[in-house]
Amino acid sequence: MNQFQNFTKGLLKENPILVMVLGTCPTLATTSSSLNGLGMGLATTFVLIGSNVAISLLSKFIPDKVRIPAYIVVIASFVTVVDLVMQAYVPDLYNTLGIFIPLIVVNCIVLGRAEAFASKNTVWSSFIDGFGMGLGFTLALGVLGAFREMLGSGSIFGYKFLPGDGILVFILAPGAFIALGYMIALVNKIKQK
Amino acid sequence: MEYILIIISALLVNNIVLAQFLGVCPFLGVSTKVNTSLGMAAAVTFVMVLATIVTYLIQVYVLDKLGIGFMQTITFILVIAALVQMVEIVLKKVSQPLYQALGIFLPLITTNCAVLGVAILVIKKDYNLLEGVVFSASTALGFGLALIILAGIREQFELMDIPKAMRGVPISLITAGILALAFMGFTGIV
Repeated sequence: MNQFQNFTKGLLKENPILVMVLGTCPTLATTSSSLNGLGMGLATTFVLIGSNVAISLLSKFIPDKVRIPAYIVVIASFVTVVDLVMQAYVPDLYNTLGIFIPLIVVNCIVLGRAEAFASKNTVWSSFIDGFGMGLGFTLALGVLGAFREMLGSGSIFGYKFLPGDGILVFILAPGAFIALGYMIALVNKIKQK
Repeated sequence: MEYILIIISALLVNNIVLAQFLGVCPFLGVSTKVNTSLGMAAAVTFVMVLATIVTYLIQVYVLDKLGIGFMQTITFILVIAALVQMVEIVLKKVSQPLYQALGIFLPLITTNCAVLGVAILVIKKDYNLLEGVVFSASTALGFGLALIILAGIREQFELMDIPKAMRGVPISLITAGILALAFMGFTGIV
């Protein structure tokens, strides 16, 4: 597999949300608008790249038996960095995303890539893998966020293009489940062809 | 009265899965059969209450005392992971039937964001220890409630003709969405 395929597999073929259905909690919770979705996606991308690189560097030194706790410590350190940086520079976004920033630690995508990819591959390809997976995650979050924002408040990235309020339920919790359900169904339909 | 408010709010109004989106992975993964859902719900309740007590004590007597609140994420996730391991070992020794019933669900709980989420929420909401315990127990019951309702509905899906692309995760998500709509009816009780 060359580096280009390695990069693009996270975007479509192995998209963490739409194909593997990992990390659904932050996906549903933070996509009430396109901006929130993008912010969450980028925060997770940073953690993914950082933890992938660090773990592929350390994989020779971590004993096999304690590898999972060791990975969790590495991931939690990067999450703490993101948490503090966001609190300092983008306080509004930080308050909206709230508890889901520390919860990146338990996002199955991050630990999954560490275990399945970074621990067995070189630093450079782990970096590419983390970048691609993170971008795929961000893409899915951005699309879902844009979809919900368009239906729910008639705007996109905060620019209003429809008069009135929109269908409020798409901003609220039920809309998140229903929108993601139809998105995954659409991807399944395309894959079947 | 205060405790009743916490219970109703955590169980129904702010249901952890359907309104707060925590623990969606096991919610979708385990909810295929009512029996397995019951096991998962019991295991989550057990671990969640225990984890809340331990993390609360650590936050108050270690992290706050030393002024290292920024270590919260790292400390809590390690404590929860260790706790789950310990519960598994103790259960295996002490009660074989309970271990048989809960055993396979325990390793899954470490990556259940609901457990870490509740531990952090208890600190964020400035609850005292008793309020924290009540909050985490009723949150866990709310998780179990949503899980078992969804499992009950999903068992019926086997008899239905669902379009191919919708089978599995998509139809479960849409069902969960409709459930969440129903739970929105509780808004305004407290």
